[in-house]
This record gives sequence, C-alpha cells and structure tokens, in this order.
Amino acid sequence: MENRVQRIREEARRLLSEGLVDVVIGFERGTLPLRSTPIFIHDASDVDKLVWDSFCGNNLARYLPKMGDQRVAVVAKGCDSRAIVALIVEKQIAREKLTIIGVPCQRMVDWHKVAKAVQGEILEAEERGEEIVVRGDGFERVLRREDYLARACETCAHRNPVLYDILVGEEVEEDASNNYADVEAFEARPPDERWAYFERQVSRCIRCYACRDACPMCYCEECFVDHATPRWIGTGIDPSDIEMWHIVRAYHQTGRCVECGACERACPMEIPLLYLTKKLCKEVGELYGFEAGMSLEAPPPLATFSPEDEQGFIR
Amino acid sequence: MNEQPSDWEPKVLAFMCNWCLYTKADQADIARAQELSDVKVIRVPCSGRINPLFILKALEEGHDGVLVVGCHPGDCHYKEGNYLSRRKFATLKSFLEYLGIGKGRVQFAWVSPAEKGKFPGVVKGLIEDVKKLGPARRLGRSH
Repeated sequence: MENRVQRIREEARRLLSEGLVDVVIGFERGTLPLRSTPIFIHDASDVDKLVWDSFCGNNLARYLPKMGDQRVAVVAKGCDSRAIVALIVEKQIAREKLTIIGVPCQRMVDWHKVAKAVQGEILEAEERGEEIVVRGDGFERVLRREDYLARACETCAHRNPVLYDILVGEEVEEDASNNYADVEAFEARPPDERWAYFERQVSRCIRCYACRDACPMCYCEECFVDHATPRWIGTGIDPSDIEMWHIVRAYHQTGRCVECGACERACPMEIPLLYLTKKLCKEVGELYGFEAGMSLEAPPPLATFSPEDEQGFIR
Repeated sequence: MNEQPSDWEPKVLAFMCNWCLYTKADQADIARAQELSDVKVIRVPCSGRINPLFILKALEEGHDGVLVVGCHPGDCHYKEGNYLSRRKFATLKSFLEYLGIGKGRVQFAWVSPAEKGKFPGVVKGLIEDVKKLGPARRLGRSH
C-alpha cells in the first residue's frame, strides 16, 4: 500500500511539474478517522497530501463532467474507471483531456461497519496490511479488514482499472462468480416481502439527494425530481413521493450504473440502494449482454436496440 | 388497509401510440374498449415517447393497472421508436416486479389495424388480471 502511495505521488508530481495536467484529483487523509476525502491538487508542492488506503471509497469520476476545459489527472480504481468509460461513451467527458492514474483496488472498507464494531467513538485509525487498528478513549481494537468491506466491494467483479494511462501497482485477481449473489437472494423472496423491505428501507429517506450527488452517472443539469413543470414528484416525505424518487433514480441508471456503491455510501440514513441498481445491471447483462463502463465502443443499451430483442412479455 | 369494496372497479389507464389505430375506422376499437370498460386512453406520438416515469406516475396517481400499447416491430411510423421502447419496457417491467409491485399491473401490447378486436381484448385482459390482484396499494399516494 505504501508503495502505491509513493507511486501516486510521483506520478502526480511529474504530471503537474511538467505541465501535462492542470489538476490532479485524488484522495487525502480525511479530518475524521476512517475517511479519506477527495482532493484537487493544482501545485506539485502539494502532492504529498495524496494518500491511498482502504477508505478511498468515493468515486472520483463524479467530478469529471464539471472540470470544463481543464486537463485533469484522476486517480481511478476499478469502479472509478468504469464510470470514466461510461461518461466518455455518453460524451460527458473528453478522453484526450484526461490522464487516468489507475490503481488496482484492494476493496474499500465501510466505515459505518467499523464504527458499529466498537463501543465508543473512534478517534484514530490505522491500517496495517490486512488489519485495521482503531483507537478511542480507553480502547484499542484490531479488526480484520476483510470483515468490514463495503457492500459494493464484497461482490465487485472489476477491481482493476478498465482504462488507464498509468498503472500504479500490480493488477489483482478478479472474481465475478458472486457478483449478483445478493440480487439473486432478493429475487428469491416473495413479492410482498420484497415490497415491504423496499417500503421500510426507503421510509427513512430524508430527501437529501446525497445518493444522486455522489453518483458519477447522475450528471443531468436538471434532475427529474427538481423539475417544476410538470412536477413529477412531490418534494415532501409522503411515502409515495419517496418511493417514486428511489424507483426512478435507480431506473435512470439502467445500463449506466457501474456498481461502485457511491449512492449507498453517501446515504446518511444508511438506506441500502445498491440492491436496486444492481438488479438493473444484472438485467441488462442477461437481456443485452451489456456491462456499463467496460467498453468505449458499446453504446448504452437503452440508446440502441436489436430487432431480435426479447419481447415475450408483450402481448 | 380497507377491505376491497364489493362494487370496486379497477381504475385503468392506457398509454397508446397514435399510429397503432390511426384511421377513423380503426379507432372503432378504442371506442369499443371504452364502451366495455372505463379505461382512460392517453395517446402519444409513438410508444417511444412513453417515458417509464409516465407509467410510474400513473400508478402513483392511483391507477390499479396500466396498459402500454405500441406498434409491432417493423411497423413504427418513425422506424425505430418501438424498438427503443421495447428495451425500456423490458427493463422497467422486471424492475417493478423485483420491487414487489404486483406482476400484471403493468402490461404491454403491440397492436396493429390488422388485428381487429385486439385492443378491447387486451384491455379486458388487463382488467381481469387487475381484479384478481385487487386495488393497488403500493406506490399510491397516501392522501
């Protein structure tokens, strides 16, 4: 891990000092333990702020459509790179303005899970190989990293960057075998139970739209939920408004979601959201053989068609 | 939740491509469907115009069943609108079922003028299916 941090810093320093890019987007140590936060570095003298650890969960592709004419270098793990590819395919960003510093991902840790594993507030955290040491007032605990992975990372099938200019570290072995295990388990439950689960989970929603704002693929100038004429969805917390919001937000990701889990990670109410978009990922995979963000050539599945598409459900 | 009232009739809505049944003569089938039931028909320029949000909105506004009607593949007035909508409908349908919104509440049909009587038939089919499911209690507005 230490090596990767050094390599990221070296590459960032080189790119900035040689004037090849205007800004490097990466991660810095967060102000709170267990959280690394995005940083925008414009000056080579700042590159030592860059870090790489198990808390670099944010999808940095989120910022790219807003970078205007700047030449940007971005640190990208597997899911960030998939979002970058999907954004290029959707013509939201230009490949030639982008330098991708790819990092094979060791899988990220969900700080909520860690926080719940201990009594009391964690004031300090340190990563030691496969262990996380957390300390607080009068306690120290050593936790196994793999027991606290983010849900998106547990089933991730694409940890290596799909597209990159520079690769930091060695590619890791990927495992796609249980990518949709969680979706399949949910599908197997009776419909009433599925609805009850959805209803109960989203009832906690406070309509903050953090899920949308963290999502690399939510870049609409005006979101349907903010649209005033017509007003598609009420702005209050009527259950049907909340349900509509979550259904349509997820559905808009059909063939576009890169399964990074940014939505879920950003949710202050800890509403599971990934099980919704992952179903749609599974569906476009099965129906149209498509996986978002894996190819610069394949058009988004809902923007194209084949005369032979499945239509057994149409009378 | 209230028990289903004995005189309950499902509230159904159909989104329909303008070109499926275009001529006066063909539109007799729409009139026929409306005679047999109180289906509301909203005509749109093409099934490709049907935003999945329309379908969800119809459910939210308290409809018990929604029918979506377009032209057969190859018959689209705009050549490929229905091919594109077919993908949206397929993914939306399985997503709604996954969520637990009753299978059969949202139905799809291709209709052409050559299929006289098909439109009233699919409306009837939808109403029968929705009657079995009972009034929609999911996604509907609570006030």
